Amino acid sequence: MTQSAAVAQEAPAVNQPILHVENLQKAYHGQEVLKSVDFEIRKGQVKAVLGPSGSGKSTMLRLMALLEPSDGGSIKLRGETIGTKEHRGRTVHLPERLLARQRQDIGMVFQKFNLFPHLPAVRNVMLGLTSVKGVSHHEARELAMEMLQRVGLENRAEHYPSELSGGQQQRVAIARALVLNPSVMLFDEPTSALDPELVGEVLDVMENLAADGMTMIVVTHEVRFASRVASEVSLFDGGVIVEQAAPDQFFNNPKHERTKRFLSHVH
Amino acid sequence: MLFDPEIFFQQLVSPEYMWGALISVAVAVLSLILATLIGFFVALGRTSRKRSFQAPANVYVWFFRAIPALLVLLIMWNALPQLIPIFSQDWFTPFIAAFIGLGLVEAAFMAEIIRSALLSVDEGQSLAGRALGMSPTKVMLKITLPQAIRIALPPTGNEFIGLVKYSSLASVISLRELLTTAQVGVNITFRYAEYYAAAIIYYLIIVTILTLLQSMIEKKFAWTSRATVKKSRALAPAAKAGLS
Repeated sequence: MTQSAAVAQEAPAVNQPILHVENLQKAYHGQEVLKSVDFEIRKGQVKAVLGPSGSGKSTMLRLMALLEPSDGGSIKLRGETIGTKEHRGRTVHLPERLLARQRQDIGMVFQKFNLFPHLPAVRNVMLGLTSVKGVSHHEARELAMEMLQRVGLENRAEHYPSELSGGQQQRVAIARALVLNPSVMLFDEPTSALDPELVGEVLDVMENLAADGMTMIVVTHEVRFASRVASEVSLFDGGVIVEQAAPDQFFNNPKHERTKRFLSHVH
Repeated sequence: MLFDPEIFFQQLVSPEYMWGALISVAVAVLSLILATLIGFFVALGRTSRKRSFQAPANVYVWFFRAIPALLVLLIMWNALPQLIPIFSQDWFTPFIAAFIGLGLVEAAFMAEIIRSALLSVDEGQSLAGRALGMSPTKVMLKITLPQAIRIALPPTGNEFIGLVKYSSLASVISLRELLTTAQVGVNITFRYAEYYAAAIIYYLIIVTILTLLQSMIEKKFAWTSRATVKKSRALAPAAKAGLS
């Protein structure tokens, strides 16, 4: 709370956050996974979220992507509340049909890629355009090819996911999310399922994306990537954000004991 | 009495046998289509989270898995016209009664095949579709179903072959399918071996064709670029440059 207030003071009033999460809560079977998460990201920012496994980082992303209902709190996308609405003084979750519309503006990249195995790479990228945005087949193909070019895979367009390496699959998955031109891209441990030698090509694509001004939230274990690319790094643990700071300060001069302990393990 | 090849061949190429085989295949095809349609919705009901969808689907599967197909056919043909006047009209032939009856029974089994196929599609698939902003219907049609079909294909092939043979049950409602044709011939000539052997040949041919058809369809669902590259090359040589 105090952190988001501090950030708000620094930034000019017109520059409202792209995504703003307040007091976000989630429990599974009585187990609190998100206790109270406050988080915001502005246009062009890249926020890296670090933290031990099972700390709730991925859950936070899924809630932000409206893939799971929250138990409390609010999510605002460009100033507008998404996922829920006020109805007779109570907060209710929107029906799936409306959620689907709101999700179009949020890109999501999964740890396990989740490419559609029955479609070639280019079709994977096209599907959102043709079946969600109503773009014509021809135009969708052109846009998809452009996007594949951007992730360096235009020569793999007709290959099926099973014929691509993990790194290539994840790059297609990035292109698939990117082609819908979302306001913010969420990455859920995008390199955790990859062989070590394939991590670099995915991080390169993400770094280029960041350089092009994409707003990104990256849950990751890649400390080097976080320190080099992120504009802000957060430590997530026990269902809350423990520390949030610019990478330089986060890695070299962390305030919290918990952060120091975490960094001593990963370095 | 020796096996008389002449009688055997005579029957093999007779229009009666061909017609009988055609009827058998037609009953099997139509009942499989009906069973797949009903089975799909029953499977949706059984995988639904809503009890009001689950309950009727469960009852359907429970009921039609329990009742012998033969009994269903007898009810369709004998009892139904007595109970409901529409079914005593001319349009309601043994053929229609047979494929609807077998389709109703088969739907219970297809529902289970489709249900397990839908459940075996990785959860991440619908998650990815939803994340793209696709509606639940679109996710089902464009993502889950195509993948479920591949899983359901081999057991469906089995069911299809089963249906070809089950169609012989329709002899009890006087449908002249393949086996009835043989039986009628036997009753007149008492040349059991020749007439039954001819029927065997037809069943073998039908199932061989179905097996080939099944492996052809399964290849279509291989999801590798080899098939598509070959196809697009054959269809449009100009597209080659764009491919690689």
